[in-house]
Amino acid sequence: MSLPKDLLLSMYERMALIRAFEEACVQLYMEKEIRGSFHPCVGQEATAVGACFAINPDDYLTCTYRGHGACIAKGIDVNAAMAEMLGRRTGVSKGKGGSMHWADPSIGLLGENAIVAAGVPIAAGAALSAQLDRNGRVALTIFGDGAINQGAFHEALNMAQLWKLPLILLCENNLYAEMTPLAKSNPLEQVADRAKGYNMRAVVVDGNDVCAVYDAVREAARLARAGEGPTFIEARTYRLLGHMIGDSESYRTKEEVAAWRERDPIKRLRAHLAQAEGVTDAEFDAIHARVQQQIADAVKFARESPYPDPEEAYTDFWV
Amino acid sequence: MRELTYTQALREALTEEMERDPNIILMGEDIGAYGGVFRVTEGLLARFGPERVRDTPISEAGFIGMGVGLAMTGKRPVPELMFMDFALVAADSIWNQAAKMRAMSGGRVKVPMVIRAQQGGGRGNGAQHSQSFEALFTHIPGFKVVLPATPADAKGLLKSALRDENPVMFIEHKLLYNTKGPVPDGEYTIPLGVADVKREGQDLTIVSYSRQLLFALEAAEALQREHGISAEVIDLRCTAPMDIETIVKSLRKTHRLLITHESHASCGVGAEIAMRVMETAFDELDAPIMRVAGLDVPIPVAKTLEDVVLPQPDAIVRGALKLMKE
Ligand SMILES: Cc1ncc(C[n+]2csc(CCOP(=O)(O)OP(=O)(O)O)c2C)c(N)n1
Ligand SMILES: [Mg+2]
Repeated sequence: MSLPKDLLLSMYERMALIRAFEEACVQLYMEKEIRGSFHPCVGQEATAVGACFAINPDDYLTCTYRGHGACIAKGIDVNAAMAEMLGRRTGVSKGKGGSMHWADPSIGLLGENAIVAAGVPIAAGAALSAQLDRNGRVALTIFGDGAINQGAFHEALNMAQLWKLPLILLCENNLYAEMTPLAKSNPLEQVADRAKGYNMRAVVVDGNDVCAVYDAVREAARLARAGEGPTFIEARTYRLLGHMIGDSESYRTKEEVAAWRERDPIKRLRAHLAQAEGVTDAEFDAIHARVQQQIADAVKFARESPYPDPEEAYTDFWV
Repeated sequence: MRELTYTQALREALTEEMERDPNIILMGEDIGAYGGVFRVTEGLLARFGPERVRDTPISEAGFIGMGVGLAMTGKRPVPELMFMDFALVAADSIWNQAAKMRAMSGGRVKVPMVIRAQQGGGRGNGAQHSQSFEALFTHIPGFKVVLPATPADAKGLLKSALRDENPVMFIEHKLLYNTKGPVPDGEYTIPLGVADVKREGQDLTIVSYSRQLLFALEAAEALQREHGISAEVIDLRCTAPMDIETIVKSLRKTHRLLITHESHASCGVGAEIAMRVMETAFDELDAPIMRVAGLDVPIPVAKTLEDVVLPQPDAIVRGALKLMKE
């Protein structure tokens, strides 16, 4: 971990913000203030923050229903995000998208997606757009280990490599696709081997080490901007909560989860900051207090926001 | 007026709009170097270069998904499905992505993409290369759906589609490409969602679109010649938005409605037109609405079979005669 202290501190704070956002949503979900689907990314904050901090504000991003972390890392307005969770008209998608469909072109966010792997070709299209405009932008797409078995994923990888698109493919390998363990869904020795068939550069990183993710994505972005085409990054991580709220988690052991809790990316960065950079408990307390306040404000904003009017069912559809 | 084929008219529209708008990007299988299996994009690679006329691998889901990303980032992609049947291979990119992006984002993004495809039977191409999907595209909200029947309409409607900010499904017909017709000189567009009275008449209204429209006109001619029946023929031109107003206006005169399309009857566009007419103009009807549509079976190859499955002009004549007896 050799990144500047300021950067590490701001990454720490953003990871803490994501964690607090998701934990608040778990609570709100159980209290039935959030309806529909919600897939918490607790435990995967380092992939989101490491990746999105390594690219520019005007670079493009697509992610998945488990993409709150990436969207917050890319800079989505947390009040609007929380309002979206509560189905309010002040939400990022005016209450029409919910947890799985945040989008915000002002930060390059071309959408979460509720269809596994669908964001991959969309990001490839954005990368092609950047290549045609020669504007130096890259597109980052974040997806799970389950996505590598989808047709759209393969078609997009093939074309991305064929046309040397400025695309970064970040696979959050959290060992499970819903309830199915990795070994039961594909015959690969490692997920990154998928890229071999496309003659694509691939790297494997510790997805719970925010600096490792940051470095890998930064290098991939540098190569992409230099016309060197796409990079596939397998980031090994773990979701500490179930696939969705109410998941019985019968497919994994308590010991396994406990072992991964030890490797919690936020804890790890905190330990590093304390040891190597001398950050004090008081400084961490201040960060967490700021984050808690921000989330409390967001929940208040969301709760006080109006629901969409019934007439809005027909708006925001045709241009 | 000069005469062009349907293919030439489409190519002219593409050329003019690509000259006008540098963001238009064509992509598809064998559309560049080869010029398209139906020759529509012939010469465009030489004129606009490989960045704007892009040959793709056989990856419909992938390149239409990429079209969504291109469209959301300021481009105007025009992916081509070589055969409409392949829309099912790209179904997610079409219906879960392109059709929904804007609504799901609360209007924050737009997807100005025109998918071009040719559809329809009549050539013995069999069940996987002859289908018509306008009803699918009309059923799932999110696409404007355009089906020109004449060269002039093909050009004017394609130019409008290429200026529309919404996803548009532009549906050509494989047996229309070589048809010829008058096409105006100079710049013109035809608005999407406006039907066109192609033949005026007094006794009944026939509504159709795409190649079936030519069959409807042929049937109208026979009805007049052999039975003294005067049929008004309306070309719907778009199934979304659907111009019911023009149909109702005609019914105020004829009070009898026959709808004909080559696609399967069940849950087809004809059923939708009939329902909307019932809702808005039931009192104008002097007889039950008649439908002459494709049979509900996969489309066979043998000509003797295909000609029964896809309704021919004589089937429309028979339907009209029955309707006039009601
Ligand atoms: C095309 C498609 N098939 C199935 C689903 C249902 N589904 C939702 S999430 C999921 C698992 C995806 O796993 P992975 O890609 O590893 O992502 P993770 O949830 O682990 O982040 C499945 C099967 C879906 N949303 N889309
Ligand atoms: Mg997974």
